Amino acid sequence: MSKKLVIDPVTRIEGHGKVTIQLDDNNQVVDAKLHVVEFRGFEKFIQGHPYWEAPMLLQRICGICFVSHHLCGAKALDDMVGVGYSTGTKMLPTPEKMRRLGHYAQQLQSHVTAYFYLIVPEMLFGMDAPPEQRNVLGLVEADPDLVKRVVALRKWGQETIKAVLGKRMHGISSVPGGVNQNLSIEARDRLLNGEDGLISIDEVIEFAQDGLNLFYDFHEKNREQVDTFADVPALNMCLVDDDGNVDYYHGKMRIVDKNKEIVTELNYHDYLDHFSEATEEWSYMKFPFLKDLGREKGSVRVGPLARVNVTKTYADDTPLAKAALERFHDYTKGKANDMTLHTNWARAIEILHSAEQIKVLLSDPDLQKDQLVITPPEGAWTGEGVGVVEAPRGTLLHHYRANEEGNITFANLVVATTQNNTVMNRSVRSVAEDYLGGNAEITEGMMNAIEVSIRAYDPCLSCATHAAGQMPLIVSVLDSKGELVNEFVR
Amino acid sequence: MSIKVTIDGKEVSARDGDNIIDVAAENGVYIPSLCYVKGKPCLGTCRTCSVKVNGNVMAACTIPVAEGMEIEVNEPEVTDMRKALVELLFSEGNHNCPSCEKSGRCELQATGYEVDMMVSRFPYRFTPRVVDHSSKTIFLQRDRCIFCQRCVDMIRDEKTGEKIFSIKGRGTHARIEIDTDLANEMSPQQVREASDLCPVGCIIDSTQGYDDPIGKRKFEVKTIRDRALERTHR
Repeated sequence: MSKKLVIDPVTRIEGHGKVTIQLDDNNQVVDAKLHVVEFRGFEKFIQGHPYWEAPMLLQRICGICFVSHHLCGAKALDDMVGVGYSTGTKMLPTPEKMRRLGHYAQQLQSHVTAYFYLIVPEMLFGMDAPPEQRNVLGLVEADPDLVKRVVALRKWGQETIKAVLGKRMHGISSVPGGVNQNLSIEARDRLLNGEDGLISIDEVIEFAQDGLNLFYDFHEKNREQVDTFADVPALNMCLVDDDGNVDYYHGKMRIVDKNKEIVTELNYHDYLDHFSEATEEWSYMKFPFLKDLGREKGSVRVGPLARVNVTKTYADDTPLAKAALERFHDYTKGKANDMTLHTNWARAIEILHSAEQIKVLLSDPDLQKDQLVITPPEGAWTGEGVGVVEAPRGTLLHHYRANEEGNITFANLVVATTQNNTVMNRSVRSVAEDYLGGNAEITEGMMNAIEVSIRAYDPCLSCATHAAGQMPLIVSVLDSKGELVNEFVR
Repeated sequence: MSIKVTIDGKEVSARDGDNIIDVAAENGVYIPSLCYVKGKPCLGTCRTCSVKVNGNVMAACTIPVAEGMEIEVNEPEVTDMRKALVELLFSEGNHNCPSCEKSGRCELQATGYEVDMMVSRFPYRFTPRVVDHSSKTIFLQRDRCIFCQRCVDMIRDEKTGEKIFSIKGRGTHARIEIDTDLANEMSPQQVREASDLCPVGCIIDSTQGYDDPIGKRKFEVKTIRDRALERTHR
């Protein structure tokens, strides 16, 4: 008899999702879907607010990647008031570097949270370990020193965010055209040298290397599983600088294929010319894709794995991350890496990359200078702006329009997890086929493997379901032949 | 003329005719208020300064002290009453502190902290209010108006003395109005004055915002209590 398996809720992700897997009489997978079952509404309720509230209000969409949302909104406001990248204006050095500092610090602490707390338990204990062991408390028991280092790393990231944005969470630093404060010498030295209860930047880098080595050990012991688990195709996308390497704060959107050939490269202000979004009745999360290629071929992967696939090399002033990236690239001999669990390798590299980038920034005297804001010239108001940054989970876009009175009239948010929707569903399907297909008995460990495939993307479903007014809310009841029996439409 | 009153059981001297808020502040006792501005005529609109006077609840800003008056400020029942009044203000409007430009400079927010408000005991009304951004330099965020009437009484056209702000309608239909033509004649200094005078984020100077970093905002540098006691909160 055919049966349906349900994982509800998917655990150790941000937000609420569920998975359904349809098996036929022979226990072969007929269908597998990741459903996102929560609903937010930020695009709607920002409308009517003064334009400058957008980065302050919309960052509340997330308790983890709020700096990315804040900066995305800030870049959109730069455009709107007439001093943004859309107008050809270059941001002053101090505000740009302050924004980058906050951004890298958030990437560090976000990746550390995802990697160590949510992902490492399976790396250490195995996907089929007892649920009561494969969690952060299991980590505490097995390796308390590791957990102490993780806590110290997260604290350092949070303290850096606080130094830039005024609070550990949902602070405010960016204003239209710049920022509202620089970094004091005292704050800089505290982060560089540490103090009682706060590690130094060199220790941050050391701990980040430990995290990467953890992956190397895991990979060495479980090579076949790691390399075959959800090896799914997708284009890779991230923001790149003029040399074609990732720039987490600003650049062009570059999309590459399996051979790392450029499929498309675009100014993100033109995203609407290139991207479209599909909806499905079974999920609140939309499915973006490149119009030219269509939904199946034109869906992209974003986030750590995509970024290291697109990037050729890191700068010389981040030598440890640069070497780690070379090792990553060597593994697939120059081809893009589609192995889902290698996302965690990429994430560990980016933790190190963030730490080294922060060290470079903290030594930059521009952070102590006083030119913080570009004042827009008379008549510069454009009323529209687009901001894009590389958030921890991938390419994040905010697009606003405001009327002449300054009221927000339109907001569109395309978040990283949404971009990853199709490839996440491919991963779920792949793992369902490999781990569940043909098995008469479905174990808890098999079901957890499905969750592991989702967790690799560190999805933020709260961020990804922000729209209102256009999303379907339909419950369909199908019989075993797929015939519609009943339907509820809200 | 000097008279004697008691505040929370302690006898203090006061100038006859001074109101209870001022006398209490001079003697180190903080009474919150959201409409009273020292040196300006009493408005008595917010009632947040409610205290017990000879056993009866009264708005402290409206009552001049008198010989032998017994004033209870930190008495449990009236303390909770003040807290309830602040909660009612939050419930009645649509206050969005996290993104409001006035956050950190907002007297209602600061007073909420002072009265230990964690959440309103009253249901939020989600009153539908329309914002007015028609002025060149002021965002009028009606969602946040608490009808204190400071702006109505104290902000006037500098040439004619006409009122720039007014309240139209009654009861739940009341709303703050702005004379856009007069508002557009306001100097940058007067706009800033109006914005500072507003105890909430209703009158916002749209030409500059979020300038003060978190941690360095008005009531983070010095609390509203300390400012009131130093009589410098305005």
